[in-house]
Amino acid sequence: MATTNVKDPNAATGLEGRPTVAATRRAMLAEFWYYFRQNRGAVMGLVVFLLIVLVAIFAPLIAPHDPAMQVRGSFLVPPVWEAGGSWEFILGTDAVGRDILSRILYGARFSLFIGLVVVALAVTVGVIVGLIAGYFRGAVDTIIMRLMDIILAFPSLLLALVLVAVLGPGLTNAMIAIALVLQPHFVRLTRAAVMAEKGRDYVTAAKVAGASDLRLMFKTILPNCTAPLIVQATLSFSNAILDAAALGFLGMGAQPPTPEWGTMLAEAREFILRAWWVVTFPGLAILITVLAINLMGDGLRDALDPKLKRS
Amino acid sequence: MLRFILGRLAVLIPTFLGVSIIAFTFIRILPGDPVMLMSGERVMSEERYLELTHQLGFDRPLWVQYLDFLGGVLTGDLGNSIVTRRPVLSEFFSLFPATLELSLCAILIAVLLGVPLGIVAAIRRGSWLDQSIMGFALVGYSMPIFWWGLLLIILFSGVLGWTPVSGRISLLYFFPPVTGFMLIDSLLSGQEGAFRSAVSHLVLPSIVLATIPLAVIARQTRSAMLEVLGEDYVRTARAKGLPPRCVIGLHALRNALIPVITTIGLQVGVLMAGAILTETIFSWPGIGKWMVDSVFRRDYAVVQGGLLLIAGIIMLVNLIVDVLYGLVNPRIRH
Repeated sequence: MATTNVKDPNAATGLEGRPTVAATRRAMLAEFWYYFRQNRGAVMGLVVFLLIVLVAIFAPLIAPHDPAMQVRGSFLVPPVWEAGGSWEFILGTDAVGRDILSRILYGARFSLFIGLVVVALAVTVGVIVGLIAGYFRGAVDTIIMRLMDIILAFPSLLLALVLVAVLGPGLTNAMIAIALVLQPHFVRLTRAAVMAEKGRDYVTAAKVAGASDLRLMFKTILPNCTAPLIVQATLSFSNAILDAAALGFLGMGAQPPTPEWGTMLAEAREFILRAWWVVTFPGLAILITVLAINLMGDGLRDALDPKLKRS
Repeated sequence: MLRFILGRLAVLIPTFLGVSIIAFTFIRILPGDPVMLMSGERVMSEERYLELTHQLGFDRPLWVQYLDFLGGVLTGDLGNSIVTRRPVLSEFFSLFPATLELSLCAILIAVLLGVPLGIVAAIRRGSWLDQSIMGFALVGYSMPIFWWGLLLIILFSGVLGWTPVSGRISLLYFFPPVTGFMLIDSLLSGQEGAFRSAVSHLVLPSIVLATIPLAVIARQTRSAMLEVLGEDYVRTARAKGLPPRCVIGLHALRNALIPVITTIGLQVGVLMAGAILTETIFSWPGIGKWMVDSVFRRDYAVVQGGLLLIAGIIMLVNLIVDVLYGLVNPRIRH
């Protein structure tokens, strides 16, 4: 496998001529990037996603207005290119005179934050539970998998909606609810991967060498199960953003006046036939973000799936 | 085959029990006392409160209450709505046809468009046609459908004035429900223009609800088709000089459709989740809107019963899909 650093062969190979851990990692990364790059859509998705991340980080610097500031006398001002629009409010204002562009720029923070927290929660819990189920099997496995079947028996949005009703509407509870309905996918994937890996020779070797259960689970097996988990995490990231926006739209997610995109849509609903811009732009922001992440997900799947590489 | 079905059922029973426990527990951990909720705004005396608690059985141990609830479920008694006082089950059955009609139209659109699009994309792999179909599919898959619905309302109801904004039929028409399906009932009523009105109400919600399943089915059909097109028997069929139409229609498609059928079956959950949003946007009087309204009204009896019924339907459809899959693909029966 080609590594970029060829000046000093000793840097890439250990004393016995075997690649060092760092060199192997670099080579794997280079290989991954090579395959990822083949997928133009994925690269485009990555670029857009990075732009959204930048927007989220620098929102206070680039937003022309305070997202919560209500400008009196500027209610439902149309975008700049429409008759009656002004450069002061490029994408127009909402029903209480807030700048839509600024709210969308700030909204990027919420969506990315939601995606990050939900995926972190779902992956952590899902991987640990899946490892336990796949490693120990038996009764523990049966109970865990039945539990996951029960969660999966409900439509995810409905379960999240009822959970939020139980916990109380709000962004934090919405994130917990979405993480809970997304984690069975991680449990199933991890369990399947662990079961496939557990019988391999390297695991037996580590066991014979005296590795503890915990070490076998997390250090020996888990690193070899990561590829499908990364792909699933990407898909869950976009699902989390969509579900959180849906909950916000239904009035059970982030509460007004938070500039969360779904909540903005909920507030804009009654004006759709009078002011198309209050509805169009927040939804477009959701679509672009989710699309960029899904494009990346497709590219990741292709790059990480050895079956597709050979063809 | 019977053993296969029984095996599936054996897995379903504990899952359904678990679902019932979850639905039962929700009502218990919700903020607020169900008895106090029933009293609404009125002030309730201590005596009356205790009496009602006893009457409703809330003073019994939890497991007794659960068994009672489960007994009710098995005999078709899901309790009464706190708001309307009507039995939950009869409310469900009066609203379910609306959701079923919408979902059937949506899945029909999704299959009739998604499968051919997936096939074309697979046959023309790598062409601009393939890329645009897959591009559209990815957009559909990423679509926030509640926004998509609002956009369609702006365009078709607001700008063009072609379709109504909400409901199942114009208020001008009234006829008693026979089947519960507005398309059929409007035809049966014989009233002029009723069927047209029903169709124009149904078009936008069906398109919105079909969007995600359509994208998923097109993607799944394409990848299943691609897999099959690489198989030896397809090459053999080609090699013996069969026309492409025959190779694809007879040899490839039949096998490619097996995983697609499973995918279509799995869309039931997607449709139910989609119905929650679609019905809310279009004020469609189905069970999705009913659930959302009940959550907001804190009508816990309905939420509890609705959760159970919806999960039950999804499990049942998945069972049917599993059995069908076993029928067409004998390998997985063993």
